[in-house]
Amino acid sequence: MRAEHLVTYPRNLHPGAWWLWAVALAAAASRTANPVPLLLILVVTAFVVAARRSSAPWASSYVAFLKLSLVVVVVRILLQALLSTGAQGPTVLFTLPALPMPANSGLKLGGVVSLEAVLQALYEGLQLATILCCVGAANALGSARRLLRYVPGALYEIGVACVIALTFAPQLVTDAARVRAAHRLRGRNGGLGSLRRLAMPVLEGALERSVDLAAAMDARGYGRTTDADRVSRRVTALLVFGGLLGVCIGVYGLLDGTASTWMGAPMLASGVVLGAVGLHVGGRRTGRTRYRPDPWALPEWLVAGSGTVAAVTVFVDVHLSPADFVLAGVTDAPPVPLLACLGIFVGLLPALLAPPQPGPAIPRGPTGSHRSDRVEVVA
Amino acid sequence: MIEMHGVGVTYADADAPVLSGVDLAIGEGELALVVGRTGSGKSTLLRTLNGLVPHFSGGTLHGRVVVDGRDTRTHRPRDLADVVGYVGQDPLSGFVTDAVEDELAYGMESLGLPADTMRKRVEETLDLLGLAEVRGRPVADLSAGQQQRVAIGAVLTTHPRVLVLDEPTSALDPLAAEEVLATLQRLVHDLGLTVVLAEHRLERVVQYADRVVLVPGDGRPVVDGTPVEVLSDSPVAPPVVELGRVAGWRPVPLSVRDARRLAGPLRSRLAHADPSSRRAREGAREGTSEGRTVAACADLVVSYRRVPAVRGVSARLSAGKVVALMGRNGAGKSTLLKALVGMVKPASGTVEVDGLVPSRLRPGALLRHVAMVPQVPADLLYAPSVGLECEHADRDARVRPGTTLAVFRRLSPAVPLEQHPRDLSEGQRLSLALSIVLAARPPLLLLDEPTRGLDYTAKHRLVEILRDLAEQGHAVLLATHDVELVAEVAARVLVMAEGEIVADGRTADVVVSSPAFAPQVAKVLAPQHWLTPTEVALALADTSAVTP
Repeated sequence: MRAEHLVTYPRNLHPGAWWLWAVALAAAASRTANPVPLLLILVVTAFVVAARRSSAPWASSYVAFLKLSLVVVVVRILLQALLSTGAQGPTVLFTLPALPMPANSGLKLGGVVSLEAVLQALYEGLQLATILCCVGAANALGSARRLLRYVPGALYEIGVACVIALTFAPQLVTDAARVRAAHRLRGRNGGLGSLRRLAMPVLEGALERSVDLAAAMDARGYGRTTDADRVSRRVTALLVFGGLLGVCIGVYGLLDGTASTWMGAPMLASGVVLGAVGLHVGGRRTGRTRYRPDPWALPEWLVAGSGTVAAVTVFVDVHLSPADFVLAGVTDAPPVPLLACLGIFVGLLPALLAPPQPGPAIPRGPTGSHRSDRVEVVA
Repeated sequence: MIEMHGVGVTYADADAPVLSGVDLAIGEGELALVVGRTGSGKSTLLRTLNGLVPHFSGGTLHGRVVVDGRDTRTHRPRDLADVVGYVGQDPLSGFVTDAVEDELAYGMESLGLPADTMRKRVEETLDLLGLAEVRGRPVADLSAGQQQRVAIGAVLTTHPRVLVLDEPTSALDPLAAEEVLATLQRLVHDLGLTVVLAEHRLERVVQYADRVVLVPGDGRPVVDGTPVEVLSDSPVAPPVVELGRVAGWRPVPLSVRDARRLAGPLRSRLAHADPSSRRAREGAREGTSEGRTVAACADLVVSYRRVPAVRGVSARLSAGKVVALMGRNGAGKSTLLKALVGMVKPASGTVEVDGLVPSRLRPGALLRHVAMVPQVPADLLYAPSVGLECEHADRDARVRPGTTLAVFRRLSPAVPLEQHPRDLSEGQRLSLALSIVLAARPPLLLLDEPTRGLDYTAKHRLVEILRDLAEQGHAVLLATHDVELVAEVAARVLVMAEGEIVADGRTADVVVSSPAFAPQVAKVLAPQHWLTPTEVALALADTSAVTP
């Protein structure tokens, strides 16, 4: 057995596997407003990130996503409690001073805040928060930037554009900070005209850098092996976008659950096939090769599989016992869907099955002189 | 390897050609140095070699450029990627990926080389350029010297026969520059690569060059020959060549070693002249009386997050003196300047400028006490013309209309007012930025790397300007890597390392003994304390006046 297949052999897992796992968990979360499975999914992502994240700078992004989801929950509660009349129930928590609003607008400002409204908002916010955390986990474990290396050949140009955008965005922020600091040197402190003054040098700088980058890429052979056959390019584009459309409709059909059946799995499958054919046809026209791609071996299958199992179990359970996923009353204790919870626990397995992160290189003295010293001392 | 026949370049909507009638043949394994003033067409010449001119830039190319048998008329830059490796001025803006290894592999991926070849070449290149320890790091985290080596490595992996570099050392401190140049020399000597590079700081590279191509600009014919031939009477020359001219050595020496072997008689002629007494007489540079203290910091600590960039620095700057701040990249020079101008708040310790705390001043008030020209002078500029820029500056500084323009006219007399600041040369842009910050006559002037991209002529002009300002009573602190500039203009040198000041003293005392910071003349004439060719020339004039 090759070393890549061992789950104990330290290496970076293919980022695609992490994204599949996380997307599957996010899909599972999207099908229920029951806080029990949602919280479970959240805990699963946090645990796996804690167990398998690397020391790379993006690995800390999970915390940022977690904070963002907390903000989402809080904003949701505030808006629902303060602005909406529809969700209010009989259990009044407190009454705020109210502003009169037109009676049939469904809006209010202040007034009665009920437990039902707050809980409802909390649960709905929790769903969004869980999905955000899934994305955060994927980004922390296999950064989006690393994933972009695996964009299929047919979409290579789009991938490059994304990578460049990812580099340029932080660069723009640094530039803006630098120029702002420089304006202070001219004796300006903000004001209305300062935006234009800021924009000019920053945009000029960005433009200049883009031109430099384009020159560098051209000089290094970008696009040299791509043949410019118009027909095949058109066909590829048509197939890929047709496939993408199919996938979108299919995913919507599957996740929505209320749409007609043809919109679900069949549409998804045909979209995937169409897209795959397009990518294959398009991939043939690029003569690019890939340097040191991460292998896709047993651990990748296991990680992606565990996510899929979690998602499928939740979907099946939703189908079998829908009552477990809908709260009878907002204030009742939420039911515990056993099968779904078991499935979500399968999603925890990558904490064990993904290969551990390689540790930092052990510094060695010049040609092991320390060791020989020690031997001499012992002798 | 490279042949140019009657090459001329005219950019779109330009009246005159940038280059015309260039005939050049550069053989295999040569290191050719392209010199010339800013804007003379050096970069254009380099960019014709891999077809970026005219395929990428537009414009018209006359004549033929043939590299390794491929004509750039029929080959686009990407078709020459396996023959010519081109490294642009700013390595960071040419990086496509963010990790060192991926960057090295990028060119090969584009050419579609097989995976095992790529793997092997990346490892070889990592070793060749000494980048093995940083292979997994993001390129943005590397030092400037390492970034430059990554940029060179990234084009080397396609095994080009020609390497073209546009000012590879302009942003580097002296030691990092030497690292890069040593690498280039190794490539020429061990691999027989043909290297063509443009550089302003001739003193760093000319000794390695087999051939010098002088691009005089304005479409005048290009001069090409051995370094000695070309530099004997070129308008741009490193200090060691100028010293050779002053001393009347023929052929002129190109390296400190050559000069030192010729310098015995000169040293004995100069033995009785005392460089420091002359400087004392001139007064401007090393006034014996300390001027009024304009700025002071005591036990200053500045930290970014939890990393201290400046650790416990105490120093004072007095009026009428130019002080140079030296040290390797990342030693804390820029941070110290920022603290003096109040851009960063001290974590502990104090900063005082003109008796005030700069970080508490409002920008409008700050301008009257301290001026700073940032590393990129263009950051200060935004107006569509020089004239408007000056008017805005008057309003910002609340001074009489026309003040900024008057300052600018003194620094840079011949620039038309309707010109766009972007179209100015580096030197003129620096003058404009200087005039803007000087309009309110602040007693303290800070400059961060002012000579980046300046040619010798512009540098001479800057030296005059700085001397003038010091004479008018400004205190000037300039952070720079340029040892020759320091030798010309600074009275005192502060050397920083790891955020601390490790040396502080008169220029001659600090730099002469330092291998990295000594100017060429000092190296040639050590142990005597001469710093610039001009000093030597004046001393020689004195002695010859006295002798008869």
